[in-house]
Amino acid sequence: MSITVIIPTILRPLTHQQKHIDMEGSRVSEIIDHMDQQYPGIKEKLVANGNAHRFINIYVNDNDIRFQDGLATSLRDGDVLTILPAVAGG
Amino acid sequence: MLTIHTKLISAMITQSLKDHPIETCGIIAGLAGSNLPLRLIPMRNVAQSENFFMFDPQQQLQVWKEMSARHEEPVVIYHSHTGSEAYPSRSDVELAAEPQAHYVIIPTCSPHKEEIRSFRIVDQMVIEERVQIVRQYQPELEFQMMVA
Repeated sequence: MSITVIIPTILRPLTHQQKHIDMEGSRVSEIIDHMDQQYPGIKEKLVANGNAHRFINIYVNDNDIRFQDGLATSLRDGDVLTILPAVAGG
Repeated sequence: MLTIHTKLISAMITQSLKDHPIETCGIIAGLAGSNLPLRLIPMRNVAQSENFFMFDPQQQLQVWKEMSARHEEPVVIYHSHTGSEAYPSRSDVELAAEPQAHYVIIPTCSPHKEEIRSFRIVDQMVIEERVQIVRQYQPELEFQMMVA
């Protein structure tokens, strides 16, 4: 199952400056594990204590995974997974 | 240095004062690599707090997709400080994720009211920069400018 992952600017140093990468996986968590094998260090930027990091937004197509099944959200061939760091502060 | 049109400054101040004491937030998009802010887009603060802001994630996705399609980037990321001076807070620094952006802070409380300041935040390091406010851009750019 091929999924296109859109990489934000801040994580591109880990993906050799690639803006999108194609990954195989049937759940968001699998995609992140596979990315971490190819681009070590990326998982710790996205996942904390088994959940998506509070200030990292992950979307499958246009849907925020917080309102689906989080990292267990299932994927279909051709889906686009977008990672965007939240813009937040105090 | 941040060079920015006076109308964009006025729009950020108006929005900040309107939302006070809740923190306001938004971006000003510009062509990627141009370093010139053009299109002001107010963002919904889902935190609705006097000391925290977070862009609505759904709106953020739409705005980021639109910028990507237009070959733009967030040249300015702005928010207000409604009870403190215009200097990045600890969370501002920890969560800054756009190294190319100018982080603009608009204070809405006395005695700092409306003393806008701008910073670069890279690898958790804060560098203040000068803000040059201009009355006009080149005509074709002035035409592209959007003030919400």
